[in-house]
Amino acid sequence: MLPLLVHLPPMENDWISFDVPSLMENFWSATFDGLTFGAIYALVALGYTLVYGVLNLINFAHSEVFIVGCYAVFFTLSNLGFGPSAPRLDIWAIILNLLLALVVAMIASALTAFVLERVAYKPLRKRNAPRLVFLITAIGASFTIQYLIYLWRGPSPELALTMFRPTPIFDVFGTIVDSQQLVIIIAAVIMMVGTERFIRKSRTGRGIRAVAQDPDTATLMGVNKERIIITTFVIGGLLAGAAALFYVMKIPSGVQYSGGFVLGIKAFAAAVLGGIGNVRGALLGGLLLGLIGNYGQILLGNSQWTDVVAFVVLVLVLLLRPQGILGSALGRSKA
Amino acid sequence: MYRKKVITAWAAAATLTLALSGCANQAGPTTTDTSGTSGKVNIPSISKVDVPSGAVLPKGDGKATCPATTTLAYAGAQTGPNAQLGINIFNGIQLAINQHNAANPGCQVQFKKFDTEGDPNKATGPVTQLVSEADIVGVIGLPFSGESKATGNIFEQKGLVHITPSATNPGLTENGWTTFFRGLGNDAVQGPAAAKFLTGKLGAKKVYLVQDDSDYGIGLGTSTSAGLGSALVGTEKVTTGQKDFSAVISKIMNAKADAVFYSGYYAEGAPFDQQLSGKGFTGTFVAPDGVKDDQFIKQAGDASNNAYFTCPCIPGELIPDFASGYKEVSKGTEPGTYSIEGYDAATVLLSGIDAGKQSRADLLSWVKAYDKDGLSKHLKWDAKGELQAPTVYGYKVENGKIVPIGPIGE
Repeated sequence: MLPLLVHLPPMENDWISFDVPSLMENFWSATFDGLTFGAIYALVALGYTLVYGVLNLINFAHSEVFIVGCYAVFFTLSNLGFGPSAPRLDIWAIILNLLLALVVAMIASALTAFVLERVAYKPLRKRNAPRLVFLITAIGASFTIQYLIYLWRGPSPELALTMFRPTPIFDVFGTIVDSQQLVIIIAAVIMMVGTERFIRKSRTGRGIRAVAQDPDTATLMGVNKERIIITTFVIGGLLAGAAALFYVMKIPSGVQYSGGFVLGIKAFAAAVLGGIGNVRGALLGGLLLGLIGNYGQILLGNSQWTDVVAFVVLVLVLLLRPQGILGSALGRSKA
Repeated sequence: MYRKKVITAWAAAATLTLALSGCANQAGPTTTDTSGTSGKVNIPSISKVDVPSGAVLPKGDGKATCPATTTLAYAGAQTGPNAQLGINIFNGIQLAINQHNAANPGCQVQFKKFDTEGDPNKATGPVTQLVSEADIVGVIGLPFSGESKATGNIFEQKGLVHITPSATNPGLTENGWTTFFRGLGNDAVQGPAAAKFLTGKLGAKKVYLVQDDSDYGIGLGTSTSAGLGSALVGTEKVTTGQKDFSAVISKIMNAKADAVFYSGYYAEGAPFDQQLSGKGFTGTFVAPDGVKDDQFIKQAGDASNNAYFTCPCIPGELIPDFASGYKEVSKGTEPGTYSIEGYDAATVLLSGIDAGKQSRADLLSWVKAYDKDGLSKHLKWDAKGELQAPTVYGYKVENGKIVPIGPIGE
C-alpha cells in the first residue's frame, strides 16, 4: 500500500490528502503512542472477549464498566490532592497513591460488572430469553449507566488530573520514549499475560474454557456455570478498572459521561480483529488497532481519520479472515 | 494454587511499572513549574494603560438637555451559560449612564436591558420588542457574533444604531448593514497582530499553528498563518471535543517548534496545553481571546504558565478612575473582559444625545461621523462599521492570573 501512496502528490485544501513525509518523520512517535493506546484497548477488549466466549453475548455495557473505573480514578486521586498541575510528592508517595487508585478503580469496575450481570443478564438467562433480547438489554444498560452519570455529573468532562510528569526514559531513532508510555505498555502487557495464563492454567480458568466450549457438558461435569459466568464478568471488570487508570493517565480530560462509548466500540473492534473469544487475539487486535489508527491519523493529517482508518482496516481484515486474525478460540485448548 | 501466583504477578507488575513512573518523576527537575524554562521569553506585565488625554467622557459639559423619555438599551446575555460576559458589558454601560445623569440634571437618560441569553435562536424575540419601543434611540449590543448575525436585519429595518462591544466575526460587516458598528478589532485584525507578536516580541523562529474546526478557529487560524510567513513550520487541525492530542504534539516536537499558536477555545486549549507541557514542550503557547479565560488556568494547571493571549479587548482594570467607578456599579467586582468596550460604546451614544441628536436617524448619523478618542482607544468607523484603528492587547499568565502586557501588533 505504502509505495503506491508515495506517488500521490499532496493535495492542499482538499478534504483528503496523504502526507507521507510526515508519517516517515513521525513514524516512531506514532508507533509508541499507538502501542500505548493499543495496550489500553486490549485491556478493555479482554472484557468483551471473555464474556463473548462464555455467553456468546456482546456486552455493550462494558464501556460503562470502564468509565465507572475512570470516575473512580478521578475521585480517588482528586481526594488525595491531585490536580491539573503535576503533584509535588516524592516518588513513593505517588506510587502509593496510584496503586490505591488502581485498586479502587478495579473494585469499582468489577462491582459494576457484577451488578450489571445480576440485574440485567441473569434474569434473562433464567427465562431462557433469546439472544437478541440480551443484546438489546446490553445496549439499554449501557445508555442507562451513561445517562445516570450524566445526570449526576453533568455534560462537562471532569478536571484533568496530572498523575506524574512523564520523563524521557530512552531514545529510539531520535524519538523519546517516556515513562508514561512505558508504564502503560508494560503494565498492560503483564496484566494480559497474567490473565491469559490464569485462564489457561488455573482451575477457574479451566472452568471458563469448559463453559465456553460446551456449557451443558461442563455443567454435567460438575462445573458451576453461574459461578463461572459471574467470575468472567468480574475479571472483565477488574481489567477494565486497570485500563481506566492508564486511560486517565494518558488522557486526563477523558473522564466524561460519554467517554467510554467510542473507546468501548474500539475495544470491541479490537477483540473482533484479533478473533473474538480469543485472549491473545484481544492483545494483538488492540495493539494493531492502536497502531493503525495512529499511523492513519498522521498520514491523513487529521485526528478525525483515526477511527476511519482503523475501521476500514478492520473490515478489510475481516473480509480476508472473518474469524479474526487468530481465530475465535476461548473454548479450544490453546485459548 | 495457581491463582495466588497470578495475583502475586499482577501486584508485582503494578508495583514495578508504577515504580518506573516514580523514578522517572524524580529524575525530572521540573516537577514544580514550567516557567523560566529555556524557550520562554518573559515579557513583563504592565500596571497602567495610557488614556488618551482628550478622551470623551460620559459626563460631557453638564449642560445637556433632553426629553425625560430618552432611552438607551442593552441587548445581550443577562442569563445563560455566557452571562458573565454580558454582565461585564452592561455594568460598563450602567457606569457611563450613571456618570452622565449625575453631571447633567437637564438630561436624564433611561437605560433598559433586553436578555438574549447569548443564544442566536432566542435573540430575535427580545430584539424585535426592543426596536418597537420608540423611546429607544441607540443600543449597545449584541455581544456575540451568532446573535448579532441573527438580529442585524431587525435593527436595519428600523434604522436603529447599535454598537457591539465584543462580537468579532469579520463577516458581520459584510451584510450591507448601515446601523451596525463594531467597537473593537475583528478576528481579521487579531490574526495578523498575533503573528507579529509571535515573531516579534516573542522572538519565535518556528511557530506551529493548531486550529479547531469552528468558524472562529478556522478564520483566525487562516489570518494568523498568512501573517507568520516563513516562521510557520506546520499547521494542524483538531476538533471540538477532542481529548487526545498526542499525534499533534509529536509533530510539534519533531518540528522542534519554539512556539505554538492555538486558534480555538479554552475547552480544548487547556487539555492541549497540559498534554503539550507533559511531553516536555518548553516553548511558548499563544492563544486568542477564546482561550483567555480563568477556566483555562484552572483546567491546565501549572502548564498554563507558558501561555500568552491576544485579545482585541483593553484591560479596563488598569484605568484607575474607570475601575473604581465600575466597582461601585458592580458591587465590588473588578472590570472584566469587554467592560470598557461597553462603557466606551455607551459614551459615544450619550455624547450624541448631549449634542442634540435625539432621534434614531440623527444618532445614527452622529455615530457614522464620530471621530474622537474614547477611554480605551480612538473611535472612528469606516463605511462598513469597522473601527479604523483597532487595538489588540497581549496578556499572559502570571502567578495563576491573566495579566496584560500591553498593546501588540503595532
